[in-house]
Parts: sequence; C-alpha cells; structure tokens
Amino acid sequence: MKFAVIQFPGSNCDQDCIRAINDLDGATADYVWHKDSSLAGFDAVVVPGGFSYGDYLRCGAIARFSPIMQAVTKAAAEGKLIIGICNGFQILCETRLLPGALVRNRDLHFICEHVHLRVERTDSAFTNKLTANSTLHVPIAHGEGCYFADDATLNELKAENRILLRYSDAQGNVTEAANPNGSKENIAGICNSTRNVFGLMPHPERACEARLGSTDGRGIFESMITAFSAQ
Amino acid sequence: MKVIVNVMPKPSVLDPQGAATAQAMKHLGLEGVGTVRVGKQIEIEIDEVDEAKLHEIARDLLSNPVIEDYEIIR
Repeated sequence: MKFAVIQFPGSNCDQDCIRAINDLDGATADYVWHKDSSLAGFDAVVVPGGFSYGDYLRCGAIARFSPIMQAVTKAAAEGKLIIGICNGFQILCETRLLPGALVRNRDLHFICEHVHLRVERTDSAFTNKLTANSTLHVPIAHGEGCYFADDATLNELKAENRILLRYSDAQGNVTEAANPNGSKENIAGICNSTRNVFGLMPHPERACEARLGSTDGRGIFESMITAFSAQ
Repeated sequence: MKVIVNVMPKPSVLDPQGAATAQAMKHLGLEGVGTVRVGKQIEIEIDEVDEAKLHEIARDLLSNPVIEDYEIIR
C-alpha cells in the first residue's frame, strides 16, 4: 500500500508521517508537492499537520486551492482513503471534504500535550484495528483545534456514526474537563458519509514509537492498511 | 477603486478572542462593555469589479460560511 504525504509550504509533520508509515508492515510513503496535480500510483493520502501557507487568512484556507487538493478531492470521490491530521483536518474541512470547521481553542492558548481519546467506532477504514471504547494516548499540538459545526450537522454526524474519536479522560469518560479545546461534543476526529475521508486534530504519527511515549497511533495507520488489503 | 470585505464570526460561533478583548477593555476601565466580537477587514485595490466573482471570492476564500459571515463595502 502506497501512501502519498502532501507537502505544502509550512507543513511540518510530513517527515513524521513518512517515517511512521515506512516503519509499518505492508506500507510505504512518499512526498507529493502541493503544486503537483496527480496522485497516480498512490493508494491513500495523508494531509499532514503544520502551518500550510503560514495559516494566513484562516488555517487551511489557501491550501484548499492548491493544485494537489483537486487531485485529493478526485481521489476521495474514487473511494481512496484520505486522512487529514491537525492542519490536514483543517484543510479537509476548508475543502468541504469534511463538514464543520476548526476554530480558535476555547482558552486561546496553543496546546501541546498528550491527551486521551476514546475510540467511538471501529466500523471504519481508520479504526478497524482499534478496540471500541478503549482509549488512545496521543499528542495534540494546535491553536485552532476547536471543532465547530451547527446542530443539524452534529446530529447527522451522530446519526451516521461518523464521530470516530472523542477527547476523554484516561478511563474513557467523555467529560468537559477532558475537552482540551472546547470542541463540540468533545469531537477529536470525524469521517465523511462514505467513510473514506477521516480528519483528526491529534497526531497519531507522533505516537508510533515507544521512545516517543506511546505507540497508540500505529493502530490508525494499521487500520488503513487492513482496510486496503481487504478491498 | 477600493473594495472592503468585512468578515465576522457568526453569532452562533464561540469567539474567545472577542471575550478576552472585552475582558481587557473592562480591566482598562471602559465602562458598560457588552459583547465584543473580533473579525477581520480585507481591503482590495481593484480596477473593475465583477460583482458575482467578488461574492464568490468573499464566500469561498475570504470567509468560511460554516463559521463566518461577510459583507462587501465600497
């Protein structure tokens, strides 16, 4: 399985993603520049974290119109797996591949810390190797990670079981105190209605080696490999 | 000519920047401060205006309709 990791000017988690994926069995990863317009030969796409185009205007607002995002939109329509992490999540929302938007954290601060995530659903290409209601210990690093959507959209996400990860405490309780950024419904990660596009603010690629304090992020990439192999 | 696009967070969206700014204003002794909301203003120098295109740009690039409203002033 071949992953494309998109590089925008200002991406800074691209190398982490390449390393994490190349370390997994059955997967390789390569960079794709934002000015490229083809994803031919790739089976899945990672839109990585960072500060694409300096976060000018709004996070992800300018990246949305880069040539490669047209190819990403086409790949999504073809059913390829797309994962957007942190700034990548913001870009997928701006591109309208995912509903809602990420706004300034409730307390205005940039937050860089490990959080706990409760696995809400395992019926997706991104969570099938995880255990329902278990918790993942994964870092977040963002200033604009507060997930916002209107009530109609939130109801749709819930009804279609598209909220895959929620911020929780270590025991898996989804509480306001465990919500680091003020996200609606403690949402940390959602997928689209066809369940092949996933966006999350936490960084699974930074939790793939024991020396980094956690390997809980590996399960997300391993789920993608499993889903792809089953196709 | 100069065209101005104002972009403001929707009333339903939490605006912690506005809340923090209101707090600072009160701290500095400004009385009677209610809700403060922080948006942005974009000035565009432009020769001629294609009205439909300008609205498209304001809607798709300059603002995000999920969280923001825009108005065009000239």
